[in-house]
Amino acid sequence: MVLRASGLKKRYGGTLALDSAGVSVLAGEVHGLLGQNGSGKSTLIKVLAGVVTPDEGELEIAGERLTLPLAVGEAHRRGLRFVHQNLGLITTLTVAENLFIERLSLARRNLYINWSSFFDEAAATLKQYGLDVDPHAPLQELELIDRSLLAIIRAVASNTAGDSGSGARLIVLDEPTVFLPRDDVGRVFAMIRDLVSKGIGVLFVSHRMDEVRNHTDRVTVLRDGRNIATVETDSVDDEQLVSMIVGEKTAGRGRIVDELAPGEEDVPIRITGLSTRTLQNIDLVVRPGEILGITGLAGAGYEEVLYSIFGAGRATAGRLELGATIIQVRDLTPARAMDLGMALIPADRLLHGIAARATVEENETITIVDQYFKFLILRRSGLNEVAARLTSQLGIQPKDHQMQTDQLSGGNQQKVMLGKWLVRRPRVLLLHEPTQGVDVGARADISTFIRQMAQLGTIVICGSAEYEQLADLCSRVAIIGDGRISRVLEGDEITKENILSECLRTSSRPAAAPAAGAEG
Amino acid sequence: MTENPSAAPAGSPRRRRRNLSLERYALPVTWVAVIVVFSILKPDVFPTGDNASAILSTNAVLVVLTIGLLAPLTVGDLDISAAAVVGLSAMLVVLLNTVHHVEVGYAILIALACSCLVGLVNGLFAVVLGIDALIVTLGTGSLALGATAWMSNNSTITGLAQSLVNVVVQNQIFGVSIEFYYSIAICVLVFYLLRYTPMGRRMLIVGQAREVARLSGISVSRIRIGSLLFCSLLAGIAGILYAGTSGSAQPGGGSELLLPAYAAAFLGSTTLTPGRFNAFGSLIAVYFLATGIVGLELLGAQNYVQQIFYGAALLVAVLASTLIRRAATRNG
Repeated sequence: MVLRASGLKKRYGGTLALDSAGVSVLAGEVHGLLGQNGSGKSTLIKVLAGVVTPDEGELEIAGERLTLPLAVGEAHRRGLRFVHQNLGLITTLTVAENLFIERLSLARRNLYINWSSFFDEAAATLKQYGLDVDPHAPLQELELIDRSLLAIIRAVASNTAGDSGSGARLIVLDEPTVFLPRDDVGRVFAMIRDLVSKGIGVLFVSHRMDEVRNHTDRVTVLRDGRNIATVETDSVDDEQLVSMIVGEKTAGRGRIVDELAPGEEDVPIRITGLSTRTLQNIDLVVRPGEILGITGLAGAGYEEVLYSIFGAGRATAGRLELGATIIQVRDLTPARAMDLGMALIPADRLLHGIAARATVEENETITIVDQYFKFLILRRSGLNEVAARLTSQLGIQPKDHQMQTDQLSGGNQQKVMLGKWLVRRPRVLLLHEPTQGVDVGARADISTFIRQMAQLGTIVICGSAEYEQLADLCSRVAIIGDGRISRVLEGDEITKENILSECLRTSSRPAAAPAAGAEG
Repeated sequence: MTENPSAAPAGSPRRRRRNLSLERYALPVTWVAVIVVFSILKPDVFPTGDNASAILSTNAVLVVLTIGLLAPLTVGDLDISAAAVVGLSAMLVVLLNTVHHVEVGYAILIALACSCLVGLVNGLFAVVLGIDALIVTLGTGSLALGATAWMSNNSTITGLAQSLVNVVVQNQIFGVSIEFYYSIAICVLVFYLLRYTPMGRRMLIVGQAREVARLSGISVSRIRIGSLLFCSLLAGIAGILYAGTSGSAQPGGGSELLLPAYAAAFLGSTTLTPGRFNAFGSLIAVYFLATGIVGLELLGAQNYVQQIFYGAALLVAVLASTLIRRAATRNG
């Protein structure tokens, strides 16, 4: 056994982040670590890395009992390696410098760096792990996938020179695939299999059910800081896994939608001749009650449809028709789009969606705050009522709308962002990656809301690269490639596989840069 | 997204409240403690009505300037031209009234108009042209300072009409000059604007996340320009109080207020609503700092104690607000 952690307890104030949690990883296995946001996964990993000191617990690495907390560098010396979601690479340095960054930062023992052998060695290491990139290339020129692979190689290969430490025994991968284009994820798993075949253990943290199902040998599920189960992945089905992660079924919360849906009006949105930097001449008509998916390969620019008709992107041409209103897309601003009854849920929550350091209530009510300004006074009690109602109806945890928003978990922040727009009862709901980086429980909630909003007569346009989600939600899916709508899938044609193959068909070129958020 | 362990439901909100209420009243409590300590050390001169009246009256200009700074600070801009605008406005009033024999009322209007002009230029460069407000206001501040020295021929101008002096310092209510009450009125006004109007909410979001504000339909540019304009207007008003207090104006006047004003604004943001710039917090901070300095001077400190005290306060305030923010984000 490479790693055995058990009985870990960690209390933050009144909250037990870990309540006798633990995980055991065998040599040569891929071990999944699953749990909702807030279940204690991150804290557990921080304990392993020696960043967080647990109140109680035991830790064994390669059969050797260690005293907690680990000393600085102890985890590394014992062969534990960590790759975090943000990878920890420096974009302005070269590939080789990133690869051997520890050596550079510890260069005190040799004042002189032999750069040519440095780069030769880097090239040899990259070759050994099968990554075909130029060691001299600046990191920012690398595709996202190559960056991820580089981060993994660095973790495995790093062994501070002259150390008595062992080589890598266990790699902890903390959601390594979140930011990767779907098509490239396979390469990460190929590398993981390669490592495992060399007897290294892998602890794999992910929100994605399909990845966990296809690529792990065993999984450990955490909930509320406790071990719920450790099982062979093949011995359980998806349903069972989800219920282990989520726990008690969340009670149905249908009511909110009745309250938040727009008045009934059978007015479609009609977009004609929309052109942007990457798009040319896009025509779309979406009726109330419909969920239109728009997608494409990474870099296809499908999200520009959403941002430009909300007046937040740069359209070069195009016309938008909604009821009696006909307007040039160029002339739209977010404020005007909102007046027309549009709402945009952006993909980048922290940059575009919510103000992290404002309270939940301030975020949820910012777009309707004028309605509560009566007789020269902002009716704070009214705003609080709105926020309290949203909190309970959307199931936002914790139920304290005066909390600073960044204290909530990712899934709950996402619900706050939804709430902020749902209070406006939008006629047109524009969604960009509505469940990105959100745990299984919140993901299901959010999908339900979207579906119910549509049932009650909202026009929904959902731009997403998650083909499975599109297949699940949408009544039509428009595939965008080479700046045009290449195909519209309808009815039974809408399957994950069809969407993928249509996307691939749009372009013979490899996927370009990752999808950007809003422009400008 | 990785989870934040403390975001788990039970317990955490209550804990956060408790922490915050400690932070919330730390400054007022310290202020009272400072008053008590000096009263014990200097029982015959410190705890007197005259001393209290002097502290309250002489800092009205600083209060108005500090309150003015809150607007750009809240929307995320730094205006360092404001102190120079105080001097410009003071000089304009005195000069127009004494040398050019303009009636006080018109002199005031002209001074305020010129102050607003500086704010408008700040807004044009910082917002419309997108240059960092710090750099822009560094430039306009220096321009205002230079203009003040130029039009006064680099000399102190005295002889301001008694009518203005009367309505600023001579008239007293409860033994405190009337300018103190003006500053309180402005403080209440800004408190109301920030806390009880939709505008205040929008300013907050603009300051915390400009792109979020833009995508929420908020006119970010208008709010930023408005804030810089408002700051200059209040600096102009502070300048009129400044002129009224002494009946005169000197070149370079007002610029000594820049550091104290920022120290008070940041110190104020650690109290009452920690982590946010707020009007009454700033008011308390101004008087906390003034009390400390007067007390130290009564104990025999030289007047460089001011610079040391204000500088230290600014550093402590910025440190404290950083720690508050970090604690709120990490632990909850």
